[in-house]
Amino acid sequence: MTSYSDPYNLIVCGVGGQGNILISRMIGRILAAKGYYLTIGETFGAAQRGGSVFSSMRISQKRYYGPLVPTGQGHLVLSLEPLEALRMLAAYGNEQVVTITNTQAIQPVGVLARRNDYPQMDRLTGAIEELSQKAWFVNVTEMAVELGAPIVANIVLLGCLLGAGQLPLEPAEVEQEMQATFPPDKLELNLEAFKKGMAAV
Amino acid sequence: MSASYGYDQEEKVSKFLLGNEAIVRGALEARVNFAAGYPGTPSSEIIERLAGVAAQRGLHVEWSTNEKVATEGAGAAATAGLATLSAMKNAGLSVALDFLTHLSLTGLGKQGGSMVVAVCDDPDAHSSGDETDSRWQARFAYAPLLEPTSVQEARDLVKYAFELSRAQARYVMLRSYTRLSHASSIVEMGQLPPLADQKAVSDSDGCLTPYLARPAHARAIEALEGIRGEFEESAFNDYQGPEAPELLIVCSGAGYPAALEAVEILGLEGRVGILKLVTLWPFPQKLAAKHLAACDRALILEEVDPFLELMIKETISDQGLTGKTVLGKGSGQVPMFGEMTPDRAVAALAGIFGLEYEARSAGYVEKADKLVDELLVSRGLTWCPGCPHRGSFWSLERAIKAEGVDAFITGDIGCYTLDVFPEGKCQMNMLHAMGSGLGLASGLGQLGKMDYDQPVISICGDSTFFHSSLSGLINAIYNGSNLIHIILDNAATAMTGFQAHPGVGYNAMGQPAAKIDLEELCTSLGASVTVADAFDLKATAKTMRGLLQQKGGVRVLIIRRPCELVRMRQEKSKPFKVYVDQETCKGEECGICYSSFRCPAFALDREGGKARIRDDACPGCGLCVQICPFKAIQSEEVA
Repeated sequence: MTSYSDPYNLIVCGVGGQGNILISRMIGRILAAKGYYLTIGETFGAAQRGGSVFSSMRISQKRYYGPLVPTGQGHLVLSLEPLEALRMLAAYGNEQVVTITNTQAIQPVGVLARRNDYPQMDRLTGAIEELSQKAWFVNVTEMAVELGAPIVANIVLLGCLLGAGQLPLEPAEVEQEMQATFPPDKLELNLEAFKKGMAAV
Repeated sequence: MSASYGYDQEEKVSKFLLGNEAIVRGALEARVNFAAGYPGTPSSEIIERLAGVAAQRGLHVEWSTNEKVATEGAGAAATAGLATLSAMKNAGLSVALDFLTHLSLTGLGKQGGSMVVAVCDDPDAHSSGDETDSRWQARFAYAPLLEPTSVQEARDLVKYAFELSRAQARYVMLRSYTRLSHASSIVEMGQLPPLADQKAVSDSDGCLTPYLARPAHARAIEALEGIRGEFEESAFNDYQGPEAPELLIVCSGAGYPAALEAVEILGLEGRVGILKLVTLWPFPQKLAAKHLAACDRALILEEVDPFLELMIKETISDQGLTGKTVLGKGSGQVPMFGEMTPDRAVAALAGIFGLEYEARSAGYVEKADKLVDELLVSRGLTWCPGCPHRGSFWSLERAIKAEGVDAFITGDIGCYTLDVFPEGKCQMNMLHAMGSGLGLASGLGQLGKMDYDQPVISICGDSTFFHSSLSGLINAIYNGSNLIHIILDNAATAMTGFQAHPGVGYNAMGQPAAKIDLEELCTSLGASVTVADAFDLKATAKTMRGLLQQKGGVRVLIIRRPCELVRMRQEKSKPFKVYVDQETCKGEECGICYSSFRCPAFALDREGGKARIRDDACPGCGLCVQICPFKAIQSEEVA
């Protein structure tokens, strides 16, 4: 990974239940098979019930790093929800960070309870752009709904990651990993979701 | 879990594993025969994954009713010559500790058995009611203690722990923690041993009892001294750095990767040495003293409590070292609580060496702070869409209001605990450990004769009831307490991942099992028992009002409805298509569905203030149809 920082710190985030853990582990298994030293950190359990969730991925060619990314040391934020992208940029962002985010909002319960307001989408995407060296915005939820399966939004986002060319991953490697991950009756749908995401970026 | 995760592969290969899977792999390589535990984040995957391979590897794996029973089972099997494992979270170790303090005194007998107690702490209390540090318990219970620093080391250490346990005929404690149990990395695995019929042998030629305790205590201390000698030489402990460093970092667990990273970030490689300790108790004093001798200042990096730090201070005294300064929690360089992170290690080191460190430019931080202030809102925890608890607490709130009483409610540990968060219903007044709700209520329910006039209600889930509420219920009935006990029976240990328990009719290995009927059980004890449906809001509230009107005695209300996530997994379909009729919806004039019922599948239109239901989030339970006063929420049965 000569053109990448080492360690390279990838943050995959979203809201509990969106499937960020699945895609971070898929990325992890592919990179591990390619010989990278890799550690992923996750929190789940109570933390997942409708709350913010994220995986932190430490990728290196030198050694294993611990699962926690130091403040301000993120290189790429891959987000299933725009407010969560901002939350992660606040903690791990810096002038060089790159962001790929879903633009479909999931309102926190505090917003439903009228305690807070969800930010205006153009203000939110503007903030993400301001805090990123480069930012991609895609509504992967809408694309997954078009495929008839909102659950595959995470796989569409994985496709966006490949489309943006931000990690040393090849589409064929991801497709191979998908064959190992999904049961035969789910594979076609997920491959389609992946390709749709790749084409969108 | 799919075999493609690889922890159960026969061959000597490398696989990408979760920390808890690495623990499982180590146990399988050590030919574990028997495993038992009770679910608790972050430990649950250990028993879950072992259960997944129980049939193919010829193991007995069980979810026990609680951690004490699990540990007793594993302890007994070890005395019969088997290799056994018990797994639990930090809170569970406290439940098991009474037995474990005894087992340390007797040892495991003469049949060649071995036993590893894997305890997973939760520093920062991500999924716990406390962040208690289990390392003290090892010293307290006279148990050897090992703490891995990486996923690979977890697999290696568990294997070693079984060898040590067998050689010493004593159980060995392995402490994991959230950032290890729930980290994933590549693990080089060894070949799995061939399957062999392991015969359990009755250990009848010696009486395994800690009585008389004093000589048994003396023998345990002597045995630990022998283990200390082995730990002094252990290759798991490691020093890297210059021969005479300006500062010695002594670290364990998550402190090790944090120390490595902080030294690298600050470019202190030539000036700082790092002593990684993995064998923590009995503490290898001579090893520590050797490294302390080469340096006058030591910084201790570890999670939560100053365990290692006190061992180092004790070592300085016991080994006759002088002129040493120990920095860490006691001296204020490191906080006395929480996780050990690279940030904390950098801050401590930068402070000691007088270095300026800027993680990112001040301009970026200023910009980020401004945008966060303006835009970022918190995302509170709440019950899942379709959760029966939302219905139960909705009914409870209404019943209490309708009766005009000031009920005092003790809660318990499970998904229903989410009630206490701002996005819950905030009905619970007191919340402690597993099963404490009933014990607390049992006490409060005695206070009527001392002018305590609040009706007392305790609430627990089905799995928690079997874990440790049952004895509280018996106590309340026996001593004539006055309370209502609500069991929220969702047919799963839901919070930790839907594990089996004695009320569901199958066991950890997925085999049919005896199903203990809560209604019959409570009735047989002498409680009055009523059953309600969490999804029938009006009827449940009415039942609750009736119970509140009754004065005296122990009244049990079982509110039944399976966890929606379990139902969805099994049925893979929505029972109803639910939508909001935009014409009828009164929007912000009403708002009851989103602002009070607060199912996260609702969305709120910024302009009209009208409710919508997100199709991608709604499981189609139809519960919200009952709460709309204008009948704007409609449902159609899905064919």
